[in-house]
Amino acid sequence: MKVERTGLTRRALLGRAVAAGAMAVTGAGFIAAPDAAWAMEVSVISPAQMVSLMQMARDIYPHDQVPDRFYAVAVKGYDAADKKALIEAGIAELDAAAKAQGHADYVSIGWEEDRVKVLQAVEKSVFFQTIRAGLVTGLYNQKDIWPIFGYEGESFSQGGYIDHGFDDIDWL
Amino acid sequence: MATFDLNDDSVVVIIGTGAGGGVLANELAQKGVKVVALEAGGRYLPADYVNDEWDSFAQLAWLDTRTTSGDWRVARDFSGLPAWIVKAVGGTTTHWAGASIRFQDHEWKALSTYGAVDGANLLDWPIDGAEMAPWYDKAEAKLGVTRTGDRPGLPGSNNYKVFEKGAKALGYKDVHTGRMAINSVEADGRMACHQTGFCFQGCKWGAKWSTAYTDIPAGEATGNLEVRDRSHVARILHNDAGKVTGVEYFDAQGNLQLQKARIVAVAGNSFESPRLLLNSASSLFPDGLANSSGMVGKNYMRHTTGSVYAIFDKPVRMWRGTTMAGIVQDEARHDPSRGFVGGYELETLSLGLPFMAAFLNPGGWGRGFTTALDHYENMAGLWIVGEDMPQLGNGVTLSDAKDQHGLPVANVHFDDHPNDIAMRNHAYKQGIAMYEAVGATRAFPTPPYPSTHNLGTNRMSERPEDGVVNKWGQSHDIANLFVSDGSQFTTGGAENPTLTIVALAIRQADHIAGEMSRGMI
Ligand SMILES: Cc1cc2nc3c(=O)[nH]c(=O)nc-3n(C[C@H](O)[C@H](O)[C@H](O)COP(=O)(O)OP(=O)(O)OC[C@H]3O[C@@H](n4cnc5c(N)ncnc54)[C@H](O)[C@@H]3O)c2cc1C
Ligand code: SF4
Repeated sequence: MKVERTGLTRRALLGRAVAAGAMAVTGAGFIAAPDAAWAMEVSVISPAQMVSLMQMARDIYPHDQVPDRFYAVAVKGYDAADKKALIEAGIAELDAAAKAQGHADYVSIGWEEDRVKVLQAVEKSVFFQTIRAGLVTGLYNQKDIWPIFGYEGESFSQGGYIDHGFDDIDWL
Repeated sequence: MATFDLNDDSVVVIIGTGAGGGVLANELAQKGVKVVALEAGGRYLPADYVNDEWDSFAQLAWLDTRTTSGDWRVARDFSGLPAWIVKAVGGTTTHWAGASIRFQDHEWKALSTYGAVDGANLLDWPIDGAEMAPWYDKAEAKLGVTRTGDRPGLPGSNNYKVFEKGAKALGYKDVHTGRMAINSVEADGRMACHQTGFCFQGCKWGAKWSTAYTDIPAGEATGNLEVRDRSHVARILHNDAGKVTGVEYFDAQGNLQLQKARIVAVAGNSFESPRLLLNSASSLFPDGLANSSGMVGKNYMRHTTGSVYAIFDKPVRMWRGTTMAGIVQDEARHDPSRGFVGGYELETLSLGLPFMAAFLNPGGWGRGFTTALDHYENMAGLWIVGEDMPQLGNGVTLSDAKDQHGLPVANVHFDDHPNDIAMRNHAYKQGIAMYEAVGATRAFPTPPYPSTHNLGTNRMSERPEDGVVNKWGQSHDIANLFVSDGSQFTTGGAENPTLTIVALAIRQADHIAGEMSRGMI
């Protein structure tokens, strides 16, 4: 099944539309933006679960200037047979925590602060810790993300930073 | 390149080829002593190093199982990774940043200088600054340390310039781009530093000293040194007279081999060296080799560390250039009026974005965390390194877990001493004040990383009952068994340890060669 703006279940789409309210400030919400470069095929977990995972990824490490596709890459490995049980149980736990706080489910909560409160309720779980720890490399070790943070990475190929600004600070 | 027979019992076997083992191997080979160096890791040279933090970590880091316990945060955040050290020919000198400073005279005599400290197992070294001075001279010449001899200092990077301005604003005087084992000019057939960054990932220019491409090939060129890589020593063997006779090791194919030896020198870093001595227990030595004092694996020190990162309203781009060329030494003095004994250094440090995400606040998440990374380009950073207290309860024991060879692994236990905490808090405050003095808008007192400085687990002592080795690194119990790495440290001083490890190894080589020719061992 494809997860994209046309491929979502109605419920997930609705949920996403609400959640996208918080994400819309980034200009990168994939529902509203018709040119969204993001699409993902899921085969083991459900599209709704993948949407929840993506929302969770963004709520754990929110960078408003980072487009959805980087978060998608960071979590797409969970669409796998050996991860299915963890993800299904984890999202059920997340939605249960959302219900306990008076929401329909996690992904339909409009404000990031409210979703964060739900995440805090499950923060100690293996599920949360697995997703969070995986994102540290899954998100920040994508080379394409580095320029968004200004990080230039290796310089050996250009002979080092010696002639490329290692001491060019001019505001001190 | 020499090859020696497994049954050749005239060789010195050295276990590990890092700062201690690599230097000892070359120094002995230069004196005509036959050496077999066994190294658990593979061989990588500058052309192989990868300027990418995680890829390099996968290439070089020691990733065999280890376990942790104690109240240090590393046990929670990185429970399987108590130390960030290397498994490769060259050991952790491939990773190291190159900061090379001498102990201060009083630091050789911590117990006499500081007096007894509750809960600490302080002891004076059986050697002092005057005795070590000529060996430090040799070590500095070997490493090509900047600002020693006639070697010029390195130029200051962006990260250094912010650091220096803040330090001077606070009134610090002893501030410079460090004494670094990094060529500021071409020397010893190695290039000058190109400011590429990634000093922690192996220097692709060879500008930074590492035994991997200096001492090891120099030793091999004499025809007296054979280095066997991917050779993991499992056990040190001895005879009924209590002399060591050789080692058993797993070769690259996983087959168990036995190399005979006249002398064995252990240099596997402060986790693996005591682990090996403990794993070599026998009916004659039921508590492990060289352990009549019970001190093998005890008194583990990792330096009081921590980092301060700060954000400014304008770019710093700290990742450009050397990783650690910058130091404030004013706080290195012993001045108990600050609320702790011993002192600390502040040194510039930068991490790339991937490592910053992993280490800035391990386990942290949400906007408090991500807004820090959002300003990564505007960040400056420094590292704290100070003297920590040796404690009997801190150290290496054999874990229930086993490695790929079926050998019990090291469990590393560490609890902070109150002196460590007081020192760290003082250093955080000073580091933050430095950056605020240059206009930082936000600062982060970042917790210690998995240990990079590992010391003390086979400590040197005057009396056999206080430690594992004597003033030559020779075990008190077994005359032909030596310890040659950072585990010999009686106390840690405030200084990065490697220059001292190297000076001790050069001195030990002199002693071993002398004792061999006198027929004493
Ligand atoms: C990121 C980083 C930065 C650092 N920066 C500095 C710095 O700026 N200044 C400074 O002074 N110090 C620095 N250090 C510390 C420095 O690298 C170490 O102090 C030094 O390398 C320790 O030397 P050693 O001989 O004790 O052990 P190592 O250099 O770690 O060598 C031990 C070797 O033994 C091998 N080994 C272990 N067990 C076995 C076995 N059973 N059989 C065979 N081989 C075995 C290991 O694979 C390894 O190669 C840094 C360390 C790190 C990680
Ligand atoms: S900054 Fe200098 S010393 Fe460090 S890796 Fe680059 S060239 Fe080597």
